[in-house]
Amino acid sequence: MTHALTTALLTAPVAGPLLASAAYAARRRPARAAGGPAAWLGLLSPLTILLCGAALAVTVPAHGAATAYGRMLRADALSVWMLLAIGAVATLACAASPGYLAREDADPPTVRRYHVLVHAFLAAMSAAVLAANLGVLWTAIEATTILTAFLVGHRRTRACVEAAWKYVVICSAGIALAFLGTVLLYYAARQAGISEASALDWPALAARADRLDPAVVRLGTGLVVLGFGAKAGLAPLHAWLPDAYGQAPAPVAALMSGVLSSVAFTGLLRYKVIADAALGSGYTRVLLAGLALLTLALAAALLLGQRDHQRMLAYSSMEHMALIALGAAVGTPLAAVAVLLHILGHGLAKTVAFCASGHIVRLRGTSRIGRVRGLLAEAPALGTAFALAVIALLGLPPFALFAAELGLARAGFAAGPYCAAALAAALALVLTSFAALGIRTARMLLGPPPGGRPPVRLGAVAGLPLAAGLLGCAALGTATGPLTRLLTAAAAIIGGH
Amino acid sequence: MNDAVYTQLLDLACGAFLLAAVVVLWLRQLASIVRVFALQGVALAAVAALLGTYDRRWEVLAVATGIGVLRAGLLPLLMRRALTALAPAPGHPYEEDVSEARETEPLVNVAASLLSAALLTLLAYAVARPLVELNPTPATRALPVGLAVVLIGFFTLVTRRRALAQVVGFLLLDNGITATAFLAASGVPLIVELGVSFDVLLAVLVLRILTTRMRAAFGGTGLDDMRELSDR
Repeated sequence: MTHALTTALLTAPVAGPLLASAAYAARRRPARAAGGPAAWLGLLSPLTILLCGAALAVTVPAHGAATAYGRMLRADALSVWMLLAIGAVATLACAASPGYLAREDADPPTVRRYHVLVHAFLAAMSAAVLAANLGVLWTAIEATTILTAFLVGHRRTRACVEAAWKYVVICSAGIALAFLGTVLLYYAARQAGISEASALDWPALAARADRLDPAVVRLGTGLVVLGFGAKAGLAPLHAWLPDAYGQAPAPVAALMSGVLSSVAFTGLLRYKVIADAALGSGYTRVLLAGLALLTLALAAALLLGQRDHQRMLAYSSMEHMALIALGAAVGTPLAAVAVLLHILGHGLAKTVAFCASGHIVRLRGTSRIGRVRGLLAEAPALGTAFALAVIALLGLPPFALFAAELGLARAGFAAGPYCAAALAAALALVLTSFAALGIRTARMLLGPPPGGRPPVRLGAVAGLPLAAGLLGCAALGTATGPLTRLLTAAAAIIGGH
Repeated sequence: MNDAVYTQLLDLACGAFLLAAVVVLWLRQLASIVRVFALQGVALAAVAALLGTYDRRWEVLAVATGIGVLRAGLLPLLMRRALTALAPAPGHPYEEDVSEARETEPLVNVAASLLSAALLTLLAYAVARPLVELNPTPATRALPVGLAVVLIGFFTLVTRRRALAQVVGFLLLDNGITATAFLAASGVPLIVELGVSFDVLLAVLVLRILTTRMRAAFGGTGLDDMRELSDR
């Protein structure tokens, strides 16, 4: 592959959304109608990410990691897998956006701000997965916090302001800890004789990690796990998550839950590779498994008493991130494949669930579970989409999460008595969440429709993204097809031992 | 500059840096807190400038200047603006009572806060032992000071119940990390330092806008008023 083409493929996922953001910002008089044809131009930037991801998915497993701009940007199989996840989820979320804005009856400045921020947010996520330098990776992830702050607080109600404040304060402080960890790692690298230019460069660090001072790496890694864990929704710094997902516009909640949390988690996985090479895999395994079990327990407890369906989905995100963390803790090649499959499958299913949940809020004017009854009878298409999304999230076949959780279970029980014990505990907690989520969803779906109104149609524009997400998730659960080589290559990066 | 003078000056700057963080815990008037925070920024810039001069690395001096401008000038200015925006109109009948300018009810009172600061500093020294042992120089021996300020910043963030006091806690945390970076390795690479500073600046701007919205929505910036969202 020529150098120019590689450069273009690595630049476009960042530059494309940035251009889209700038174009929305520069437009003097935004179209009055939120759902006009101009609104669909917003699909160009996520499609750019998806196409670049697809092109790189062909070349990277065959030719190895691609770099551009003197190794500033670097795409290995893991980055490409995440680019595909960002592209897929963002395409669905951006396709759902015009409909969401039209229903909200948002005024033109709000619409414009929404698009400017969403596309800049996509650019920051792409930059985070493509950055070779750990400092740049950190900067990009902190930028996502800043960019999404006003998306979470877009309505200016008391609840929105509260959610946005908690989100910015907890995430910024949490991720500051990750930066402290990065600084300590940089110190260890400099003392190990790595030059200033490559002391934060991930490939260079990973290659020479065995020379780093173990005590300093241990301290730094602990801070990084806490910090990026905060952004990924792992305990103990998770308190922002249900509020932010509950108040954000549905497509933004889908983006944050579906990909932002896993982008932060893949950042963590990069540090884990370094820590494992410097310390052996025991340290990160105990740390991640402990946090994962704590998060699972919290999520299960809060799901049991949940009365709000958007918050219910938020706690389900915590549960899934905990399972992903558990898979990373197990760390065998099979577990690594399960982690990656889980990331993409969860992203697609959660996007559909949040978008459907947004439609339900619009339909019934509330997000209380108790006030949503007879959804299947009142809005058959919407009810079915929500039901299928929850079935996917519960980890039932044919969806990708079934394959992922099965892989995790097999890998965990094969990896020794401690992993098996942790997995057994996790399984009990997952079954609790399973019951809580299932019962609440059934309550919303079943029953007679209120007031004997005629069935509400969802419409093709709103229904298409939901159907596409569910189909994608089911296809991924059946066969990985052309993605198999990429998946194996990406798994080799994070499960190398 | 000979070694003894360098070590003394460095220790002096680090001492001032730590003292500023403790004084933030001691004060209650938000305006004074912001002033002390600006002084801490000066101390931080001095630490960076000393390291740059001693190693004769002029790019570090340039970064030190940038840090001084941002942390002793721009950020305190933004905080002061936010304070004036929140202050009630002069002549307001309850000017004293509704004043946004005081941290009235921290979760931990001042005496206990100061005691905690002492304990956190001890903790920082204990935690930083492997860091100092890796390469004992005058700079890395002062490294626990950076970590202590990080911990005090976190403590401020958790215990203060005024929005702006929390922002100061976040900024203390950030100053502590920057100090750690300088004392450990003369600062992170320039591109990272630029990115981090830009992010911090934007985060403070975002928080400032949110405090204005908070005042509009809740009638004040006390964080205990925010009870809209819970699981029950």
